Amino acid sequence: MTAETNTRTIEIDVLRYDPDSGAPPRYQTYTVPFQHDTSVLVGLQYIKDHLDGTLTFRWSCRMAICGSCGTMINGIPQLSCHTFLRDYWPKKLRIDPLEHFPIIKDLAIDQTDFLNKLDSVKPYLIPKQEKPLSEGAYLQTPKQMEQYYNYSQCINCLLCYAACPQYGLTPTFTGPAALALLHRYNADSRDVGWTARSDVLNSEDGVWRCTLVGYCSEVCPKNVDPAHAINQNKVNSTLDYFGVLKLLSTVGLGK
Amino acid sequence: MQVITCDVVVVGGGGSGLRAAIAIAESDPKLTVALVSKVVPMRSHTVAAEGGAAGVIRGDDSLDNHFNDTVSGGDWLCDQDAVQYFVEHCVEELVQLEHWGCPWSRKDDGNINVRFFGGMTVQRTWFAADKSGFHILHTLFQTSIKYPGIQRYDEYFVADLILEDGRVRGVLAIEVATGEIVLFEAKAVILGTGGAGRVYRQNTNAGIVTGDGMGLAYRHGAKLRDMEFVQYHPTCLPGSGILMTEGCRGEGGILTNKDGYRYLQDYALGPLDPWPRPKAMELGPRDRLSQAFWHEDQKGNTFQTPLGSAVNLDLRHLGEKKILERLPLITEAARVFAGVDPVTDPIPVRPAVHYTMGGIYANMTETEVPGLFAAGECSSVGIHGANRLGSNSLVEIIVFGKVAGERAAAYARTVKDGSSAGVRQQAEESASRLLALLKNDKGERVAKLRDEMGDAMEAGVGIYRQASGMKTAIDKIAELRARYRAGIALDDHSRSFNTEWLTTIELGFMLEVAEAMAHSAYNRKESRGAHVRLDEYKTRDDEHFLQHSLATYTGEGPPAISYQPVTITKSQPRTRSYGGAGKQAVMT
Ligand SMILES: Cc1cc2nc3c(=O)[nH]c(=O)nc-3n(C[C@H](O)[C@H](O)[C@H](O)COP(=O)(O)OP(=O)(O)OC[C@H]3O[C@@H](n4cnc5c(N)ncnc54)[C@H](O)[C@@H]3O)c2cc1C
Ligand code: SF4
Ligand code: FES
Repeated sequence: MTAETNTRTIEIDVLRYDPDSGAPPRYQTYTVPFQHDTSVLVGLQYIKDHLDGTLTFRWSCRMAICGSCGTMINGIPQLSCHTFLRDYWPKKLRIDPLEHFPIIKDLAIDQTDFLNKLDSVKPYLIPKQEKPLSEGAYLQTPKQMEQYYNYSQCINCLLCYAACPQYGLTPTFTGPAALALLHRYNADSRDVGWTARSDVLNSEDGVWRCTLVGYCSEVCPKNVDPAHAINQNKVNSTLDYFGVLKLLSTVGLGK
Repeated sequence: MQVITCDVVVVGGGGSGLRAAIAIAESDPKLTVALVSKVVPMRSHTVAAEGGAAGVIRGDDSLDNHFNDTVSGGDWLCDQDAVQYFVEHCVEELVQLEHWGCPWSRKDDGNINVRFFGGMTVQRTWFAADKSGFHILHTLFQTSIKYPGIQRYDEYFVADLILEDGRVRGVLAIEVATGEIVLFEAKAVILGTGGAGRVYRQNTNAGIVTGDGMGLAYRHGAKLRDMEFVQYHPTCLPGSGILMTEGCRGEGGILTNKDGYRYLQDYALGPLDPWPRPKAMELGPRDRLSQAFWHEDQKGNTFQTPLGSAVNLDLRHLGEKKILERLPLITEAARVFAGVDPVTDPIPVRPAVHYTMGGIYANMTETEVPGLFAAGECSSVGIHGANRLGSNSLVEIIVFGKVAGERAAAYARTVKDGSSAGVRQQAEESASRLLALLKNDKGERVAKLRDEMGDAMEAGVGIYRQASGMKTAIDKIAELRARYRAGIALDDHSRSFNTEWLTTIELGFMLEVAEAMAHSAYNRKESRGAHVRLDEYKTRDDEHFLQHSLATYTGEGPPAISYQPVTITKSQPRTRSYGGAGKQAVMT
């Protein structure tokens, strides 16, 4: 217990960039006290509160569910609220903004491109026909739910985009989380929207852009496994090309 | 200054704001909606809700049951007409979410499954594993994308409301990325800005839950109602306040003190058996459980952690399979944040501030300011009374979010177009006040005042209250407001993404909300629901206090406190009892 209550200190290098000043990005080092349960986020908050109010980063829930606090920690995309200083001490650690996104200020990146991609995959249920509320819920067995459940766990934290070398090379690539979400709805027994989504899926910037690196799934904090979603859709996309999927779906075997 | 014109501004991208925006788009696709939120909607605090949402679907349940649980849970301070509307519309809204894709947990036959929740007589909580709020929020957010009438303004911080001739004319916002100040001119404004849990030091709330909407409305003449009622959640991790959902106890988890004894049986929540049974022991209401902790702590029956005293939340007997299947988020959170594996060890927990029952007074979401509507945790539509039941608020945000959207749409259709020089003038003046805050470099740090406020509220307006302690808190908050006016020194004077500036504006709202809480509490000379006094006012006093409190803003001074009758339709106040006594009370 004593080791756990002991306050130690650690050095953190943080990338600083202020768009108003026009100066190029640089690193700044801060010394932060920490305990056994101090997350990297709490470390950053300590700096902001007590050492330097100009340091800028996003956070909100502090419990790994809102997806706000993704950063590069020693070069690896991670949620800062879910990563602990104890695991880096006695070495320094370095925090950069998520890779592949434009920086607004310090660790805050511009997420607009991702939000537009989310819009593009039509991430909402497209039912065969609208069912009146008075008729109650659709039936969906736990087994049917399993088909898409993992892909519905995405918190939009963007770690997978920071991990994806293809996205780095070709920013028009729809990318892991948006494609996983597309698959989430396609794989839902209540949904028939796959034709509406197939343009995005099959386009040059859809699943075929992926070269199977798989790093996205490795860094995903919610086990969404976007790489698997993409791969499954390569199969679907091929079947689609040959019109097989359409055929299967008319006889109810598409899902 | 950039000016954006629309029919309705919805402030807030949480469950209530999104549901309101969708309701506007569905009721009239021609109306233009600006959905303005200080975070991208799916980051809103609704995302963190775990347990679930109440809706009567079982044959052994009834709307009357839900009504009675809610009204007695609220210690008869609920407006019963609002509760009636509420219980009648829960299922419809939960089904609506299902039709939009929400993955509610199912039974093997494909029907919706429901679980127990504290204070509820029958299983009626719909849940999506232990990520109910997450799924509700993402479902609503993703669904909102399909309505072209909804224009999103993500990461715009609303810093002021603009009124003219006594009615609302728009909001003033800061575009976070650039620091530009933007005027949204609108016919109606809906506030769905969430609670104010961050005015306390240890709380379960996200960093953004700073009472902005309450502060905005209050400053412009809307009253804050029942602000003394602040709910502590009994099972949170010491220090961080991270919540271990009530679902843990709904699934059969137990609370034990340092000797492994299920102490709740000593606080009128027993007897132990049969167990689990509704509204007893670990499934008693939150206020009673938090109070029992306080007594155990006084008796020395808790144990110390580095971050405060605690008791055990023990899930081990549920077995690994059930724990992992039903409570995956909790398992992960306990492992990561507390370093405890609930499969093999009990989780140390203690109470932390969780929910603000009070809020902007609104009659079916209509505030007293024409054109201004409020829904969700920022509002007081009257369903929670003196104590909210777990799983009522996730339904509240959708039921009343929809009402707010429909009413605001109807209102907006009656209002003529047209901007005015007066509105622009006001916006300019407000903008210069905001910029003055930004430029200031003399005074104290924002974190210092924030922490002193949190400590003062915890000490004086906590689980148990007494006149002297509340008076100390009142004086402290008044002092902090004076220090705030004297100046907060910023390190960061730049316009782009200046979170220090935004935090300073939030602190201004929080101090005023905290003051309304402390004064409402001080003046309520009785004990009811979450407001429990240790001085001479230990019991409920229906003769004098079966009334809502109202706090009215008076500028730099303390709020003026007044009272308003409670609407009672069919349930006359009775003793509120749980456990063995609770059963009797229901039968008599
Ligand atoms: C950990 C936790 C677990 C919970 N579990 C449950 C549960 O199981 N069941 C249940 O019924 N309830 C639960 N609750 C309560 C419930 O989740 C909340 O009451 C509810 O989600 C609030 O929703 P809301 O729409 O009112 O506000 P929020 O979801 O908090 O959204 C507020 C929105 O307002 C915006 N906003 C605020 N201020 C500004 C501003 N100045 N400018 C612009 N935008 C602004 C924010 O960006 C955000 O989008 C839980 C709460 C917590 C803390
Ligand atoms: S797929 Fe995983 S890593 Fe990517 S955004 Fe979603 S949760 Fe984050
Ligand atoms: S702060 Fe919400 S995910 Fe880290």
